[in-house]
Amino acid sequence: MDRFVWSSGLLELEETLVIQQRGVRVYDGEEKVRFDSGVLLLSTHRLIWRDQKNHERCIAIPLSQIVFIEEQAAGIGKSAKIVVHLHPASSNKEPGPFQSSKYSYIKLSFKEHGQIEFYRRLSEEITQRRWENMPAAQTMQVNKSPQAGRIRAVGIVGIERKLEEKRKETDKNISEAFEDLSKLMDKAKEMVELSKSIANKIKEKQGDITEDETVRFKSYLLSMGIANPVTRETYGSGTHYHMQLAKQLAGILQTPLEERGGIMSLTEVYCLVNRARGLELLSPEDLVNACKMLESLKLPLRLRIFDSGVMVIELQSHNEEEMVASALETVSEKGSLTADEFAKLVGMSVLLAKERLLLAEKMGHLCRDDSVEGLRFYPNLFMTQS
Amino acid sequence: MHRRGVGAGAIAKKKLAEAKYKERGTVLAEDQLAQMSKQLDMFKTNLEEFASKHKQEIRKNPQFRVQFQDMCATIGVDPLASGKGFWSEMLGVGDFYYELGVQIVEVCLALKHRNGGLITLEELHQQVLKGRGKFAQDVSQDDLLRAIKKLKVLGNGFGIIPVGGTYLIQSVPAELNMDHTIVLQLAEKKGYVTVSEIKSSLKWETERAQQVLEHLLKEGMAWLDTQAAGDPQYWLPALFTELYSQEITPEEAKEAIP
Repeated sequence: MDRFVWSSGLLELEETLVIQQRGVRVYDGEEKVRFDSGVLLLSTHRLIWRDQKNHERCIAIPLSQIVFIEEQAAGIGKSAKIVVHLHPASSNKEPGPFQSSKYSYIKLSFKEHGQIEFYRRLSEEITQRRWENMPAAQTMQVNKSPQAGRIRAVGIVGIERKLEEKRKETDKNISEAFEDLSKLMDKAKEMVELSKSIANKIKEKQGDITEDETVRFKSYLLSMGIANPVTRETYGSGTHYHMQLAKQLAGILQTPLEERGGIMSLTEVYCLVNRARGLELLSPEDLVNACKMLESLKLPLRLRIFDSGVMVIELQSHNEEEMVASALETVSEKGSLTADEFAKLVGMSVLLAKERLLLAEKMGHLCRDDSVEGLRFYPNLFMTQS
Repeated sequence: MHRRGVGAGAIAKKKLAEAKYKERGTVLAEDQLAQMSKQLDMFKTNLEEFASKHKQEIRKNPQFRVQFQDMCATIGVDPLASGKGFWSEMLGVGDFYYELGVQIVEVCLALKHRNGGLITLEELHQQVLKGRGKFAQDVSQDDLLRAIKKLKVLGNGFGIIPVGGTYLIQSVPAELNMDHTIVLQLAEKKGYVTVSEIKSSLKWETERAQQVLEHLLKEGMAWLDTQAAGDPQYWLPALFTELYSQEITPEEAKEAIP
């Protein structure tokens, strides 16, 4: 911890920010040192830690100071950590929080996660050594690694050996996992081939395959995650699963739809349903495929796709064209409205408010004024006053 | 019966042969379906075995997840297509990505007023991690990208735009064509761009540059700074946090811009 210097935390001219992460605690070796809750920043030149509660309290260390890094997995009650092994501090170092330390390494504890990406980026920066190509201001220490490398503390050799062993073991585990994965994929590939040949048979003999067989086939494809080779669409309509799902949705969504004026975007539905489920969530495709069946199953909801591509679920009793009439009234009362303003007035999401105004425009009731200030809608006086 | 050559008899024979072939054809399809059903059961067992040994690996190791996804894609299998698929049920990959999808949607919605529906992958990653809380599992940027690719199918305008080594994530159904994308990429270096920069870098006419910038302004993805020395600067709020080592909260951002 004695390698750190006090810093303003502002980046130098040639220095670029690579990644930052909140909620990081710094340990001096194994000990906590009251650098508990900070934002850790990685730049092309340095590691900077800034206290979240007191922004003035900021320390930094040049990347050239780093010998190597290792990951420490999270455990029960313990956050994932990165262990950073350091060269000894140079004698002309600027003042920092510690004059001396008995450890030649620090630990960074990621209490709010983000360790995966941070480790990846830090590894990259240490490998690329971009700070050597972009010398920043003189206030930074420039530690010439080859020289420092010769003066190795004894402890580091032992650590490197342990690291090598751990790498070998991890490699072994990974290669076993990959082997098993490859074998599994080979079998999966056979399934894909088989499904292709069955699909071809179906195509050849349209009339001779029963409805039931087609449904069975589609459900096999669903289980394996294979797209329907014939229609190329993801085995959408026609599986029992999606039919059941459609009926379930009709039940679940009745009340929420009524509460939201009879219409909801499909994305809203996705979030609502999955938040309620907690487990065994629906994939976006499951939802779309189920909704495509709503109308054919004569359920009280339907899927509607606007020109813009936005997809919504409406109550059958909902009539968007009627809503347009009341939208026109609202706009006329106010003279003109943007989608944001309309959304606020009516209590709708901006996305759906915009769609309604666009529909009104399409039907000729509203005119647009498209400027840098935004898209504003006016009653179409050409229609009413001509 | 005397020998028949080409003629009615030969045709009749041919028809009979065809009919028999067709019959066999139907039987073949039924056979193949039965075979597929059996193989499916076997595959399920294999997958269960794989899951019992390596489910944790997939959960904890983001590189392994990437390998897994890539291999699936190579053979033509989408493990995330359905929550009802074997992969999802047995490896638990489904819930992981579908829940992530929900979290991504919520973050983008919350920040839309600030950045017009454009956000860097980095910032999205940060915000999602914040929302997930301490006890949830860590996620990588690759995980986010896969979840976003799945979200697209809901017709919400989600898009992934490559800029300078990273990505901008679009979360509103605004049209962003090649021209817009190139200007975004140009702006990524400094967080802003001017008309003259576009003209000199891309060799465009003034009008084309202005049209693109106006579109970004209208969508709320760019903010105009007319007080800059020289050309007016078009800033992208999506890129703000990239530029500063200090975290800017939404409140601070609102105060900073008049």
